[in-house]
Amino acid sequence: MNQREKEEYLREFALLKQQGKPFFPYSVAKDGAMAVIVMLSIILMALVLGAELGPKADPTTTTYSPRPEWYYFFLFELLKIIKPANLVPLATIGVPTICMILLFLLPFYDRNPERRPERRPVATAAGIFTIIAMGYLTYLGASAGSPTQIDMETPPQIVAQGGPMLEQFETGKQVVAQSGCEACHKFGENGNDGPGPPLTDIASRLPKQAIARTLINPTAPMPSFKALQANEPEKFDAMVTFLSQLK
Amino acid sequence: MPKLKLPAPPLPDRLNPRPKRPGSTKTKPLAEAGISAIDWVDERTSLSQGARWMMFRKIPKGTNWFYTLGSATLFAFLSQTVTGVFLAMYYRPDAAGGAYESVRYITNEVFLGEFVRGMHKWGSSVMVILIFLHMARTFFFGAYKYPRELNWVIGVALLVLTMAMSFTGYLLPFDQRSYWATIVGVNINGTGPFVGPYLSDFLRAGPEFGATTLARFYAIHMLLIPGILAALIGAHLYLVAKLGTTAPPWIKADDPVQKEEKA
Ligand code: HEC
Ligand code: HEM
Repeated sequence: MNQREKEEYLREFALLKQQGKPFFPYSVAKDGAMAVIVMLSIILMALVLGAELGPKADPTTTTYSPRPEWYYFFLFELLKIIKPANLVPLATIGVPTICMILLFLLPFYDRNPERRPERRPVATAAGIFTIIAMGYLTYLGASAGSPTQIDMETPPQIVAQGGPMLEQFETGKQVVAQSGCEACHKFGENGNDGPGPPLTDIASRLPKQAIARTLINPTAPMPSFKALQANEPEKFDAMVTFLSQLK
Repeated sequence: MPKLKLPAPPLPDRLNPRPKRPGSTKTKPLAEAGISAIDWVDERTSLSQGARWMMFRKIPKGTNWFYTLGSATLFAFLSQTVTGVFLAMYYRPDAAGGAYESVRYITNEVFLGEFVRGMHKWGSSVMVILIFLHMARTFFFGAYKYPRELNWVIGVALLVLTMAMSFTGYLLPFDQRSYWATIVGVNINGTGPFVGPYLSDFLRAGPEFGATTLARFYAIHMLLIPGILAALIGAHLYLVAKLGTTAPPWIKADDPVQKEEKA
């Protein structure tokens, strides 16, 4: 905006203001009505939906779903879309950081004096695209859920081995199913495809030792299961055994 | 004789107070006392000037319901403040089990405890929805353009802080879901460029998620961010009152010259 456009705008705005109505009581009444609506919505939601409290936090335990508040779903879904490991940092904070910077600086790079949405096609399209994308990602996140079941068949050679091996495999399958891994990993037909890689045939990629090491000392955003190993080593071992048989 | 004179509100004649009948000696002692108390304060602070400036400024022609979204966000913030104060009266940031226990106590034992917790919990969703709607309104109306650029920048800071409020608050009940979601969230933070790892260490109060992490989240959630948020909202509103809100972009002022000719 150059000096002339600025002065033009200020002159027009002064006129609009002159021809307007005072804040009190006109805007105050509208704002008050809106405040009542907001208050009633909050009260209604509190009464109908309540405030649940899940089981107590336990670093060693196994039933959890690492799900954030719903308005963070879109960020989490973004992680799933940008999957290659070397791009993960970009997806996690890179994209949000860039979006934040773009948002902060908006008035400084959009210097078009036009204000009507239909005459700012680029800005309006970008805005609508952002809304649709965020809405869609939130929807994906809301419907993804966090399954706690693995339907993979136990491989015949393990059934044939029987004994402690079969037992460990079955226990491990349960522990993995209940440890929230499926929020980020896919096992056969179950679980989410991302942000972590599918683990259906992890053993063909990683030896047992490496799997155990990943669980204890993972790359972010995967949480560490060190506490599980320290406190309930049998469960941890079963988990590793199970994973190391997935070929 | 009161010195405080507010302009008469533009009400229909019927609703305006009637002038006194000449010769009438009826006085309203309570009203007089109230006014003189206000006068006393005003004589020493000139607050009425500010109130007049705020309340009787003109709002441009064409202002519509979309313009209530900002004050609705403010109202949601106030609701969060009030319910949060009540929750803080019972909450204990003790990772060894006290935190969970105190939230359980609030939910199951305290009178209206679950209701207030529910209001705080759902109020946060409502506030986030409203802040995004308000931002969308200012975006599509081009309200971030000259001379309101700074108010947009302050607004984005408010958005970031509001999201940070929700992130830090989510851990406090210290149940399974909040615990593990926050671990993953802090880990995600840690992968960010440059400041990522430092931010994560700061949030966790160390390299590991430990006993002090909860206390730190609590302090950030109920002291640090709300303080900054309140100050920035003050600046935001000051600029709104000083610059005036925009008119909807398609509204044109009546040409003053033409109007005079018609009259
Ligand atoms: C918050 C999401 C998340 C959760 C929960 C999670 N992971 Fe991961 N996991 C990841 C990501 C992301 C990677 C990829 C890291 C990398 O490539 O450096 C990964 C990598 C792995 C790997 C190495 C894969 C490879 O190909 O190198 C294994 C094994 C693994 N996870 C197992 C598990 C198990 C078992 C659980 C549950 C007990 C689990 N993960 C829970 C996100 C998660
Ligand atoms: C805590 C959060 C916020 C509060 C309480 C708040 C409050 C308000 C209020 C009361 C107004 C007056 C006019 C209106 O209601 O539209 C306003 C205007 C404005 N707000 Fe916000 N706001 C918040 C967040 C934001 C955000 C996130 C942005 C954008 C990034 C933003 C940008 C603006 C702009 C540009 C104006 C001027 C609008 C105009 O002149 O038409 N605000 N704000």
